[in-house]
Amino acid sequence: MRFLRRHFLGLAVAAAAVASLAPAVQAAGTVNAAVAANFTQVATDLAAKFKAKTGNDVRLSFGATGALYTQITQAAPFDVFLSADDKRTGVAIKDGFGVDGTEFTYAIGKAALYSPTVDVTDGEAVLKANAFQHISIADPKAAPYGAAGMAVLDKLGLTDAVKPKIVTAENITQAQQFVDSGNAEVGFVALSQVIGKPATQVWLPPQDDYPVIAQNAVLLKVGADNQAAKDFLDYLKSDEAVAVIKAAGYETN
Amino acid sequence: MLTLADIWSPLVLTISLASVTTVILLIIATPIAWWLARTDFILREPIAALVALPIVLPPTVIGFYFIIAMGPNGPGGLIASLWGARTLAFSFEGLVIGSLVYSLPFMVQPIRVAFEAVSEEALEAAATLGATRRQAFFRIAIPYAASGFFTGLILTFAHTVGEFGVVLMIGGNIPGETKVLSIAIYDFVEHGQWMDAHWLSLGMVVFAFVVVTATMLLDRRFGRLTG
Repeated sequence: MRFLRRHFLGLAVAAAAVASLAPAVQAAGTVNAAVAANFTQVATDLAAKFKAKTGNDVRLSFGATGALYTQITQAAPFDVFLSADDKRTGVAIKDGFGVDGTEFTYAIGKAALYSPTVDVTDGEAVLKANAFQHISIADPKAAPYGAAGMAVLDKLGLTDAVKPKIVTAENITQAQQFVDSGNAEVGFVALSQVIGKPATQVWLPPQDDYPVIAQNAVLLKVGADNQAAKDFLDYLKSDEAVAVIKAAGYETN
Repeated sequence: MLTLADIWSPLVLTISLASVTTVILLIIATPIAWWLARTDFILREPIAALVALPIVLPPTVIGFYFIIAMGPNGPGGLIASLWGARTLAFSFEGLVIGSLVYSLPFMVQPIRVAFEAVSEEALEAAATLGATRRQAFFRIAIPYAASGFFTGLILTFAHTVGEFGVVLMIGGNIPGETKVLSIAIYDFVEHGQWMDAHWLSLGMVVFAFVVVTATMLLDRRFGRLTG
């Protein structure tokens, strides 16, 4: 005991020194990925498969594309950015946060009108009838799938009629939560979020009604020297990953 | 540049929400605080802890349980059906209910502490002079506890002005209904309108500063904030 007390400081420093060696001992790399909320499930699957294949860890942070980009501009420690649009990645490169030449489309998303309680097989009719009390849409300025929802309403000439009933969610995950908790009868989400649901619960608006949701990924300057990060982005283009992405309700290039 | 129109609606909404919540809590919290101050009930402290829970719980927890409870599958749906709505969420009424829970301890605690300091002798003297319990409560206890009431009012009002997590979960960001100042600032940041976010935030910092200063001055003027 006396020994411990006497040499406490020295022992503490030694322990800290040993602990700090630990990361260096790790052979595998780590990728910190900022991922758009709609890609949550798929990203989780792909991260697991990537880890099984290469031993690298992928740490995923989900959110609305706009929110994630704001964090990136404030030096959030992300190596890669999987956006829900094809604009923010370009802005990232232009603003100096993204690495030139690493941008590519990893998925093409489809917007969906979803309701577990209202039959939306003929979604257009449901929207036109406007019989619901609340429709949940992700913030169009931060989430491309929210902007898609607004575009569909616009195309159908329903914006003014439906506007008072719009509940704005922070991201499309919350947009779905509002619907799943029953608070909103219908909501615009990504097809990938509702891919397994019965056909009566999901309506796919025609692609012509909303801008193509090309989801781009980019390597960030923070991860420019991170080989695991580059490997992960390459993995997203691989046949194995493309199969998973397609099965989840996206299209690919 | 931020115009008055941009901030007017959230400002009015925030002040309304805070005012309504404060007034209702004054009525609800006073009997609770009185009971906690005077009772010897064996479960008094666990009940006090229950009242104090919203201080410790992350607002998102409160918001999470409310989004479930307020929907058509919960008690909120029943209440809302009284006026033909399906849910209490996405409405000013829903925010009030959320705020009542969120700010409850900020009204109860200061008043309880003030009531505990009410002189037992004064109350007994009143009783011997023929005052009913009701008279003693209104004519002696409440004036004695004035500082606690002031503190509770200010803290509750300010706490509700700053409410964010609960509103984020159950509000639905509806301009003129649930889009309060804290949400408006958050939106400006999310959309990259940082100048607007700065101005609004600055305003709230000034407000918070005024509130804290007022509370401290009241404390010095009237005596004790805490037991």
